Amino acid sequence: MGKPVLLEHIRIPGIRQFGVYRSHGGYRPVEKALLEMSPTEVGQEVTRSGLRGRGGAGFPTGLKWSFLNRKSDKPRYLVCNADESEPGTFKDRYLMEHLPHRLVEGLIVSSYALGVNTCYIYIRGEFKYLVRILEHAIREAKENGFLGERILGTDFSLEIHLHPGAGAYICGEETALLESLEGKRGNPRIKPPYPAYKGLYDCPTVVNNVETLAAVGPIINMGGEAYAGLGKGKSTGTKLISACGHINRPGVYEIEMGLPVEEFIFSDEYCNGIRSGRHLKAVIPGGSSVPVLPADLILRTAKNEKRLLTYESLEEGGFDSGSMLGSGGFIVYDETACMVRNTLNLTRFYRHESCGQCSPCREGTGWMEKVLWRIEHGEGRWKDIDLLVNIARHIEGNTICPFGDAAAWPVASAIRHFREEFEYHVEYPDEVRVITHGNLVRETRFTGGHPVSGIRFR
Amino acid sequence: MVKVTIDNIQVEVEEGTTILQAARKIGGSVVPPAMCYYSSLAGSGGKCRTCLVKVAHSSARDPRPMPKLVASCCTPVQEGMVVLNQTSHEVVEARKAIVEFLLINHPLDCPVCDQAGECDLQDLSFGYGLEETRYEEDRREFPEIDIGPFIKLHMNRCILCYRCVYLCEQLTEKREHGVLYRGDTSEISTFIRQSIDNEFSGNVIDVCPVGALTDRTFRFKSRVWFLKPMDVHRECPACSGKAVAWMFGEEIQRITGRKDRYGEVEEFICNECRFEKKSRADWVFEGPRKIKRQSVISANHYEKMKKPSIINPIEGTIEQSDNSET
Repeated sequence: MGKPVLLEHIRIPGIRQFGVYRSHGGYRPVEKALLEMSPTEVGQEVTRSGLRGRGGAGFPTGLKWSFLNRKSDKPRYLVCNADESEPGTFKDRYLMEHLPHRLVEGLIVSSYALGVNTCYIYIRGEFKYLVRILEHAIREAKENGFLGERILGTDFSLEIHLHPGAGAYICGEETALLESLEGKRGNPRIKPPYPAYKGLYDCPTVVNNVETLAAVGPIINMGGEAYAGLGKGKSTGTKLISACGHINRPGVYEIEMGLPVEEFIFSDEYCNGIRSGRHLKAVIPGGSSVPVLPADLILRTAKNEKRLLTYESLEEGGFDSGSMLGSGGFIVYDETACMVRNTLNLTRFYRHESCGQCSPCREGTGWMEKVLWRIEHGEGRWKDIDLLVNIARHIEGNTICPFGDAAAWPVASAIRHFREEFEYHVEYPDEVRVITHGNLVRETRFTGGHPVSGIRFR
Repeated sequence: MVKVTIDNIQVEVEEGTTILQAARKIGGSVVPPAMCYYSSLAGSGGKCRTCLVKVAHSSARDPRPMPKLVASCCTPVQEGMVVLNQTSHEVVEARKAIVEFLLINHPLDCPVCDQAGECDLQDLSFGYGLEETRYEEDRREFPEIDIGPFIKLHMNRCILCYRCVYLCEQLTEKREHGVLYRGDTSEISTFIRQSIDNEFSGNVIDVCPVGALTDRTFRFKSRVWFLKPMDVHRECPACSGKAVAWMFGEEIQRITGRKDRYGEVEEFICNECRFEKKSRADWVFEGPRKIKRQSVISANHYEKMKKPSIINPIEGTIEQSDNSET
């Protein structure tokens, strides 16, 4: 691909330090925005760039900002969602670890555009070392006059506060994040009212992903038009893809939107093919929550067009033959992967992370895990496969937040595309037991307790 | 005032009313069941998902349907909204699914549960439950705990409606219990074994839609359908003193708040009225409490069935039935 945008200076030694970052053109967007542009112009520039939310939903950022209730006399808040805990996604961690100033710079420009004077970064609790890095970056920015009162001699002042979470995946959902930030239990709120009207402390709030906010700096630097020139169609700009699984070169890659999936997996510039010369079996293209796609459908769509890494192309075909770009956690499986075990693993995660507020998700995720456990351990019955599809359908769309959908889609799509593997598990339970347990004594019943509370099922 | 159509019945309600309240204004089978919503508790609702309805037209201005089923207890109505409840196959299917989800970890110990006969979950599963369970695994189990001298908590039966949490937050001075852990093992509990101790804590028994919070002074004494509910009142310095006394013969076996037809307490009563005043001399009796004729509680007694008017087709007269003695 061409020149990287977000990760432009990543290879420069000491780029975490303010001085080095500044000497490579850092904080120029802040100067440009604050000294030369009005807040509305910054907002328009972002709208023009066609930037879409990088956290998973792909909602246009300019539009989201325009929803912010500016008439209210309450203070406004900007919250940066750094609670990245989706299995397979590690792009924000990489960005914050290596280019913390990129985020701080984006936060200052975005806050200026939104008229925000207090900004929070809600960071995942497990990212303890990132807290130190970011706090150092914020302190440096403050010492150099880019944060605090009257930034660069203008009337604009801004404080950035860092708030580590306590390790709950659900707090990545924006309203649960706000609840957690307020010091309450991280339960998603019922929408409406949306955070743009009643968010943090009942004040108008914008919640954006790390990558989205980090992209605001380059957009101001290069201009919205130029950023929109990158990418394809409505998927503009660049995207960080965190590739993992059975590939030769896992890691975070910045790609220009519109790169063919085939090229991304097999080109030696990116993932460099499947490990040990094996074959591609399936891909989860956007973090564990999105539907899994088999090799033929990930490389080409059902209409036999090339599948591209854009929001639209990956959604092509709906849930029958498509998936989603999501947060860009690109998980690749080769032919040795067992889809039943993989689905069980994902479902275990979703059961563990469900907040337990609404009944379909609380009960359904646990039920799915138990049924999948049975199938995986050679105790499955034929009706269990249809039962799983049925449970997934009943969870989907009936919950408060998108977590229910995220839990249901992997199961539904795995059965849709890899039904024969589930059937194999039911048909040949003895072989499955040997594969699962080897020569060990096998467990005969589900005994998975809850890792947090320690409550066990009999 | 806005006009809404629910199951082809039009009703006019004030702006900002929820769909559920609008449906309650119509009444009858149009009303979606509500397990977690409680009109007097702010913030309640939206959790159990039994009140899901389909919005076929969002409003007069925007006639598109809403993409998902919405929780009627927390969705405000809009002018020209068309809502489908009983008439939508999708809604009925979703509700059946929710009831199944609520029941898979429920112990189904109705024969020994004090709530049996006045339990919302029983009514709901009667209406929407499957005949047999598809759940073959073990159900989750929690130990029973006493929270305070008067209240027993059976976490097994709980459906996590959060009503008691909101009640303790809003009615009493300090928040004494909440939800621990998360997911399918989340649990209503007191903070660090501190028992609930305040004047209005007994109301959590009344707001509980299932038998998770029960009255220790009444436990295993009788079944509600053997009792005779009487409206009573007394002078109470703390609360309104309006309550229902559940009589077994001449003995008052328990006191509860007065519940309306949707199972919501009209006025919360204090613990002294509820747990300590169990003698006939403490109360002024107003008369028998009206109970829904369909309820198992009225199985034995009280309301004389209203005879319908009889039309004599030959003579063309309408014979009014005598309803004066009820």
